[in-house]
Amino acid sequence: MIELRNPENVLIEIEKGELLAKVAEFKKKNNRLCQICAAYVNEKFELSYSFVDDETNLMSNIRLVVDPSEEVPSVTEIVPDALFYENEMKELFGVKIQNISLDFQDKLYRIAAVHPFGPQGPMGVSDGAEAATPENTVVAKAQAAKADAKPADDKEGK
Amino acid sequence: MGKRSVIPFGPQHPVLPEPIHLDLVVEDEKIVEAIPSIGFVHRGLEGLVTKKDFNQMTYIVERTCGICSFGHGMGYVETIEDIMKVEVPDRAKYLRTIWFEMSRIHSHLLWLGLMADAFGFENLFYQAWRIREKVLDMIEMTTGGRVIFSVNKVGGVIKDITPEMQAKILDDLKEVEAETKRIATTFLNDYSVKSRLCGVGILTKQQMIDLGCTGPFARASGLNNDIRLRGYEAYKDLDLEPCISTDGDCYARCDVRIQEIFQSIDLIRQACAKIPAGDIAVPVKGNPNGEAFVRLEQPRGEAVYYVKANGTPHIDRFRLRTPTFANLMGLCEMLKNTELADVGILAVTIDPCISCTER
Repeated sequence: MIELRNPENVLIEIEKGELLAKVAEFKKKNNRLCQICAAYVNEKFELSYSFVDDETNLMSNIRLVVDPSEEVPSVTEIVPDALFYENEMKELFGVKIQNISLDFQDKLYRIAAVHPFGPQGPMGVSDGAEAATPENTVVAKAQAAKADAKPADDKEGK
Repeated sequence: MGKRSVIPFGPQHPVLPEPIHLDLVVEDEKIVEAIPSIGFVHRGLEGLVTKKDFNQMTYIVERTCGICSFGHGMGYVETIEDIMKVEVPDRAKYLRTIWFEMSRIHSHLLWLGLMADAFGFENLFYQAWRIREKVLDMIEMTTGGRVIFSVNKVGGVIKDITPEMQAKILDDLKEVEAETKRIATTFLNDYSVKSRLCGVGILTKQQMIDLGCTGPFARASGLNNDIRLRGYEAYKDLDLEPCISTDGDCYARCDVRIQEIFQSIDLIRQACAKIPAGDIAVPVKGNPNGEAFVRLEQPRGEAVYYVKANGTPHIDRFRLRTPTFANLMGLCEMLKNTELADVGILAVTIDPCISCTER
């Protein structure tokens, strides 16, 4: 268990295989899914699932730490409202989530960057990755490629 | 079975000040399914933590939204204070509570105006927004800003409310209360308003739990989930009874928000009566190291703030889960089996704030 300063919050680390059973346990206790959050720390994804018991107004969190190449099962079959959270993690961080009930195919947010908060994105750079600069962001590269392609198109047009 | 077709709703629509898109699958004029898509105003604000230091982030987080700005700043600094074990002076807690409740009043009045506009009652819309101006004047007098207050900082607040300002606030609140009572009568008793709101878009308490809904939207279905009851800031010293209705329709949502305006006025009065003298901030040294979750009751519902810090000025991760993000699933469920003509009103009853949702 990870110690959080606020005693009303509990954070328990779990293994990937336990995820669905643990989420089903919260569902059985009629807890409300409060949020799901991804963080890219120490070259791993930390996924936090928070549930609230509205009777006691207390929040419980479970923490799953996975490698960026690992696949994580979707919890949308148990808690349908996980839909947006899972699509967000998939799109912004590049977390590989299997079988989301409605997969937006990385189109939830209208952004040019691919996985901007993930390992290779302009906002989250791991030690081994290329450091983010204004010139090498995905958006800047896309704009540069577009600018390079433009004169060629013009010639064809003429 | 009627002919099925898909009607796009938004992202630009007269009832929506902000962009959200819904694909409405309809059978004749009845909605069978609603598929939402968001992401038109995503700015990646959470990602700026790697570029700005944790103190600068206070002002960026506030700019997530123009209506809930104060609460976002407060939620963020509370999370940092939680990690750094900073004990904020009592006076600062009371000041934060007063400004937070002022934000709630102006947000709910804004919503009442938008709601009146959505059901075609233009005059009521003007009245609600006219009263809201008085609350914005109070905020301007005490903080210097009307939209972005920028008074929170890690360790307390930047500005104080003088006794003269307090007296003016209490005077002005009398007017706000009297005028809100007048428009509340129309909202809750007018025949034509009731015919548009009663029995429309009903969700039960269990559906609210299953769909993860929060705030006045959920409280209108009987779910007692007011986070202020946990007693953060000065709420532990104030008498607070959550405003709840059990009907779960658009009328109940309107009723709950009107009750909450009067509740906020009462909370400001209580806070002004009990506010202690003393410092408004404590000095904070060093950088945060650790992680924390903080939940606040924003005007639209429960907001969750998460910070993971590493001992440097740049924190690893900041996460903001806004109430509208949680309520979107409720909106889609509520739209099923309703008439196409009610979509505008139903979309407004969750009090959508898309800037917050997409950050």
